[in-house]
Amino acid sequence: MNPVNYLYLAALLFTIGATGVLIRRNAIVVFMCIELMLNACNLAFVTFSRMHGNLDGQIIAFFTMVVAAAEVVVGLAIIVSLFRTRHSASVDDASLMKL
Amino acid sequence: MTTQLAAYTTSTGEAFQFWVLATVAVIGALCTVFMKKAVHSALCLAGTMIVLAVFYLANGAYFLGIVQIVVYTGAIMMLFLFVVMLVGVTAADSLRETIKGQRWLALLCGVGFGVLLLGGIANASLKDFDGIGKANAGGNVEGLAALIFTRYVFAFEITGALLITAAVGAMVLTHRERTERARTQRELSEQRVREGKHVPPLPAPGVYARHNAVDIAGLLPDGTPSELTVNKTLRDRGQIRDVSDEALSDLKALEQRAAERLERAEDERPTHKRTEEASK
Amino acid sequence: MENLIALLIAAPLLGAAVLLCGGRRLDAVGHWLGTLLAGLSFVLGVVLFTDMLGKAAGQRAVTQHLFSWIPVAGFQADVTFRLDQLSMTFVLLITGVGSLIHLYSVGYMEHDERRRRFFGYLNLFLAAMLLLVLADNYLLLYVGWEGVGLASYLLIGFWQHKPSAATAAKKAFLVNRVGDMGLSIAIMLMFTTFGTFAFVPVLHSADSAGEGKLTAIGLMLLLAACGKSAQVPLQSWLGDAMEGPTPVSALIHAATMVTAGVYLIVRSGAIFNAAPDAQLVVTVVGAVTLLFGAIVGCAKDDIKKALAGSTMSQIGYMVLAAGLGPIGYIFAIMHLVTHGFFKAGLFLGAGSVMHGMNDEVDMRRYGGLRTYMPVTFVTFGLGYLAIIGFPGLSGFFSKDKIIEAAFAKGGAEGWILGGAALLGAAITAYYMTRVMIMTFFGEKRWQPDEQGNEPHPHESPGVMTIPMIVLAVGSVFAGGFFSIGDRFVHWLEPVTGHAEGNSPVSAMTVTVATLVLLVVGAGIAYAQYGRRPVLAVAPRGSLLTRAARRDLLQDDFNHVVLVRGGEHLTRSLVYVDHTLVDGVVNGTAASVGGLSGRLRRLQNGFARSYAVSMFGGAAVLVALTLLMRAV
Repeated sequence: MNPVNYLYLAALLFTIGATGVLIRRNAIVVFMCIELMLNACNLAFVTFSRMHGNLDGQIIAFFTMVVAAAEVVVGLAIIVSLFRTRHSASVDDASLMKL
Repeated sequence: MTTQLAAYTTSTGEAFQFWVLATVAVIGALCTVFMKKAVHSALCLAGTMIVLAVFYLANGAYFLGIVQIVVYTGAIMMLFLFVVMLVGVTAADSLRETIKGQRWLALLCGVGFGVLLLGGIANASLKDFDGIGKANAGGNVEGLAALIFTRYVFAFEITGALLITAAVGAMVLTHRERTERARTQRELSEQRVREGKHVPPLPAPGVYARHNAVDIAGLLPDGTPSELTVNKTLRDRGQIRDVSDEALSDLKALEQRAAERLERAEDERPTHKRTEEASK
Repeated sequence: MENLIALLIAAPLLGAAVLLCGGRRLDAVGHWLGTLLAGLSFVLGVVLFTDMLGKAAGQRAVTQHLFSWIPVAGFQADVTFRLDQLSMTFVLLITGVGSLIHLYSVGYMEHDERRRRFFGYLNLFLAAMLLLVLADNYLLLYVGWEGVGLASYLLIGFWQHKPSAATAAKKAFLVNRVGDMGLSIAIMLMFTTFGTFAFVPVLHSADSAGEGKLTAIGLMLLLAACGKSAQVPLQSWLGDAMEGPTPVSALIHAATMVTAGVYLIVRSGAIFNAAPDAQLVVTVVGAVTLLFGAIVGCAKDDIKKALAGSTMSQIGYMVLAAGLGPIGYIFAIMHLVTHGFFKAGLFLGAGSVMHGMNDEVDMRRYGGLRTYMPVTFVTFGLGYLAIIGFPGLSGFFSKDKIIEAAFAKGGAEGWILGGAALLGAAITAYYMTRVMIMTFFGEKRWQPDEQGNEPHPHESPGVMTIPMIVLAVGSVFAGGFFSIGDRFVHWLEPVTGHAEGNSPVSAMTVTVATLVLLVVGAGIAYAQYGRRPVLAVAPRGSLLTRAARRDLLQDDFNHVVLVRGGEHLTRSLVYVDHTLVDGVVNGTAASVGGLSGRLRRLQNGFARSYAVSMFGGAAVLVALTLLMRAV
């Protein structure tokens, strides 16, 4: 098996995650989909690391994880405060525009 | 020669593992997107992440694999679950699309993007693989550490600042400053009396002998459920369960079963239907 | 000595400033102050005149540079005054007649509450008119030109409580605007052609410019002159201007301001000399106007309007003479001066009559006034004899010269112009005799007005009769004084130049013909109005009479051609504006609005919609990257 298959898998997961972001209304699920996308990227980085025979890809993946952790902390805080004020976790409810 | 070969093709065992686990990962990802309840999505995502952790390990990223399990599935996903609980674990999302054309556009973009990405990868001439073996020769964790604390030390320090900022930010976002003194129980009761709206304590929730039933509204004398009896948080989440017609449907099902069994007897007693209607 | 020139203007200007800003406390003395300053100006004029007489003919022109007005590189506008024989003539006429009319107004406006203001306006007019004739360049002349226009507007509308006066003032102002536009265009053309607008350089280098340009400048100057001097086609305002107080009609709309157009043409003689086409147009305008005004004058029953038609006609004579070139310039100015005397006298006489008749202006309500106001009768009669050209009086000399000069133009033009001038003389005799007979002879025809007040005709006070007497003396002797030994010709020749024309008919023939026509005209008028009783209500009259009563349909013409045309133009412009311009604007706005309305739907506030566009953008970027790689 060629390791490129990992990249295909990463691309597929990324696309699924992105589509999920677009389709789902629940802010928490949207967040999860973003995490999925980040993880797909990480998989690609790890695969690249293996392909190129150095550890830089893994370092990037590591940093991605850290950033993802920070993002989750802030994002979930936002969701919680949003839920407190709007009593809903739907991202569509945050729209105040008239149509 | 052997390393080169190892880079070009993986072992059969890894190939087998890949195909099996990749299927699981994709299914997990799809379930994350399409599950109605957030808690199910979270669990599916956790599964996908564990599969990815296995893939990291297979790709020679031992440290990342472990971190993936510990940090992602262990900490981050639990954080997700915690928030899901806060928001309401039983709440199921409607998957009906409300924005016109959103779903089609999303699918179009998704499929287009995916096809482009996959095509791009397929087009790329990825022939020169080195394999991770040499880089991992001194140990994966040691190699990473050497890089992090030398070449990427600035990025690492900045990451620290980012984490601190994120922690402070989360606190600021969720913290609510109390601008006035919390009212004591005495004051609250005095206010209740002054307003004269609801002087006695709030009524207790209804009781239904299936679970603890704090989310079931107590019934008023005329049979309608009273929202007052349920905790405010559950009310806000819309998690009041109305079981008043559940009992009736149970009764109906029981009657039907009885009627099936006593079919013959019913034929003999044609007035039964009338009494049933009267009982309604 | 030349430093006194500025004082000439300063005296009445100061009077205007003091009288208009001084407030009520000057009501008691204001009129005397105004008259005094006008007289001071006249005295200064006389001093300068005697000084000028003491010099040789070639060195009489003096200039006074007051200050640099607009000192810009390539554009030098100075406030400089130039006093030469032409300006001197005007200065004496303006200040002399002006002072007399100030004096007359003291009596005439005695019962008017706003007399102080009236004198302020009169002084303002004097200052502006002096500025006009003393200016050393066209730009400064333009300032005076506008100034007299303003004073004229203020004085015509002096009785602004009468809607007719307010309308007349507005009309005069508007019609004058058209002429002013011509003057400003002429000045701009001059500046582009000669690079300056001072008289001396422009007029000295006039020959060097192309004839086409000079014709254009000349025609624009003529347009200006037409506006100010009430010549066809801008003549319509003068009749209505009689709404103003009679001294105003005498000073501004008979003696001085309306002759500014003649001054302009004579002053710009060098330009017209080099542009024969423009000259021809000037003569045509003059000839047409002299007949036009005369015919209108025949039909009017309002004494002031009849005199206004006469003014128009006489200025037509002057313009005709000015259009004849060097053979006519001096006679134009001479007629202007004599006309200033007798027409001012006639107007003052008319004012005196009105003063005695409770402001009645209809001549059909007069009759037999010669016994009631003898001084007025005599002075008016002398003015009458002067204007019709009775031998020996002023008009005889000046008008005769113009008719001769018209014949001297030569060729068919000469015959036509001369014939028109002769015919005009006959008509002049007719309408003036008519005015005279209807006013002073026959039976008395006045009746009580609505309140039952019967007029009690009486002679005016001395303060009014003295100016009339002085002007009558001028009307009688000025022409003869000027003509004996060609004094006036020698006086003005250094400025305007002079040429003797070769008339196809002898001077004697012209004189005899004029006298015969004079007798014929006066005789017809006597037959119509002296032999038969004058009807209290005007008969319907012939088509021409009715047209002449309506000022030969000038207002109707203006209404149909200009007002209606303007209305249609505006309406179509408004239509174009509404449909085309607004259409484009509104269409743009509507399409932008519509587009925005559609674009707004993209901006729906749903984060997911935005995410779709981001994701789509990312997909496009990926596609582009791949494409670039492929290429």
